[in-house]
Amino acid sequence: MRKIERKDIEHIAKLAELDFSDGELEKFTVQLDRILDHVARISKVDTEKILPTSHVIEIKNVFRDDIVKKSIPKEDALKNAPEVSDGGFKVPKID
Amino acid sequence: MTAHELHNMLVKKEISCADIAESVLSRINRVESKTNSYIRVEKEKMMEEAAAVDEYIGRGGRIGDFTGIPIAVKDNICTKDIITTCASRILKNYIPIYDATVIKKLKEQRYILTGKANMDEFAMGSSNENSYFGNVSNPWDTERVPGGSSGGPAASAAAGEAVCSIGSDTGGSIRQPASLCGVVGFKPTYGAVSRYGLIAFASSLDQIGPLTRDVEDCAGLLNVICGHDENDSTSINRKNPDFKSFLKDDVRNMRIGVPAELMVKEIDAEVKSTVNAALLKLEELGAKVEEISLPNLKYALSVYYIIAPSEASSNLSRFDGVRYGHRNKEAKTLREMYKKSRSEGFGDEVKRRIMIGTYCLSAGYYDAYYEKAQKVRTLIIDDFRKAFKKYDVLISPTSPTTAFKAGEKLDDPLTMYLSDICTIPVNLAGLPAVSIPVGLSPEGSLPIGLQVIGDILREDNVLKAAYNIERAVGFDKKPNIL
Repeated sequence: MRKIERKDIEHIAKLAELDFSDGELEKFTVQLDRILDHVARISKVDTEKILPTSHVIEIKNVFRDDIVKKSIPKEDALKNAPEVSDGGFKVPKID
Repeated sequence: MTAHELHNMLVKKEISCADIAESVLSRINRVESKTNSYIRVEKEKMMEEAAAVDEYIGRGGRIGDFTGIPIAVKDNICTKDIITTCASRILKNYIPIYDATVIKKLKEQRYILTGKANMDEFAMGSSNENSYFGNVSNPWDTERVPGGSSGGPAASAAAGEAVCSIGSDTGGSIRQPASLCGVVGFKPTYGAVSRYGLIAFASSLDQIGPLTRDVEDCAGLLNVICGHDENDSTSINRKNPDFKSFLKDDVRNMRIGVPAELMVKEIDAEVKSTVNAALLKLEELGAKVEEISLPNLKYALSVYYIIAPSEASSNLSRFDGVRYGHRNKEAKTLREMYKKSRSEGFGDEVKRRIMIGTYCLSAGYYDAYYEKAQKVRTLIIDDFRKAFKKYDVLISPTSPTTAFKAGEKLDDPLTMYLSDICTIPVNLAGLPAVSIPVGLSPEGSLPIGLQVIGDILREDNVLKAAYNIERAVGFDKKPNIL
């Protein structure tokens, strides 16, 4: 596997919506390179005819009848919100 | 004392729920400053509820196995109107508006909630050094870690700060701390216990389970928490067996396999010899013990550290500062708010795993990492399937070492991850497994745990083996802190 470089970490941080200081970026580059290098050992396993696992137990789609039930009251849903306005979640300007 | 002993005393009216709650509370007052087992202790509520249960019993109310029993609950399980933090700054003030299904079931028993137990942030860690609310210490030696991520549930049960506790296990998070703290810890079959109200880490691996002082309490708690739930689409729809009925004094002809891949060089010699001594006792009782090989188990750690972080990176994307949790107040735009809130809210280990997962799922790497890992996972499951055609249970050490010193592995994530080599394969295959204490290390007088693994939904075999090992070994040591 390819070596993890600082620019990879910067790219991933952007995808993950995380901010890092210079020092953290350095540390994570070294640590993630070691971890990903370790886990990449599975690349040598022959899995040509093997299906990927989707569920560990036998499971089928779970359906229920489409009956209207009581849902969470709006006040409850908003209880933990950092900012509320007009019965909705308030957020800063969308950029 | 165990819950079943206390239950018998309650039935005979030799003790009241208030007596029990008071004695647990006085333990908490005495040792909590040393263990930090709890993020939040419900002192007043405990006594109020105990009085209410006494009144209920006085009126002739039914005394269930866990009626009036003080139980600690890991802080990633939602408790209505009681702060549930996941040991994270991002959920520091989060008050759930509903109870997890396991809490509902415990309430039907009229249990007593002692408090919300400390843990590694978002259940990520093997040493309970990743909590926003401080490290948990091992009651056997407070300079050592209790294991993780259910460090609080394990330490509280071991130190008598709760009679038993409820934890969660994604890669060993119930069994490894149970092993390091000298208690019993059970991870049920995936889907046996509803995950509704468990704050998700890796949804295909997470499972709730009990930590107790003996196997009987463990079976008793399984009776309470297992069962189908329409709020969890992965919950198994079947009638609960009586788990206590499997505690039978007979292992004659039980077929036991010992996977060579879980007895590797990374396992300390004292751990191996203690587990081997317990196996010998089982043989004396008539069990048939054989070494076997599950060749693909050697890839389990790699598979896990792709799948678990991948699922985590997706699950934890919901923490964005919009609907709940920490929000950075200075941010001018939405994206800036997401970024700052998440960066301030999550600790290092959580960020590390979000980063690993995001990488493994990102364009160009998905096939090489995530899909490849799910294929190797299939091979691991096949290995287990073959083994269970020949054996009733598999036995291994739970943790490669006894409790290690705090700080020892903190700067080296990969070494820390190795703490879970024996427990991780079980989650990948969704199997039930238990850790039970089988001895103390000759060197440091620290507990050593043995792991019993069963086939899907074969909790019966796991409990039966564990019950017999418990009786044959007769582990009755208590931590120094007592």
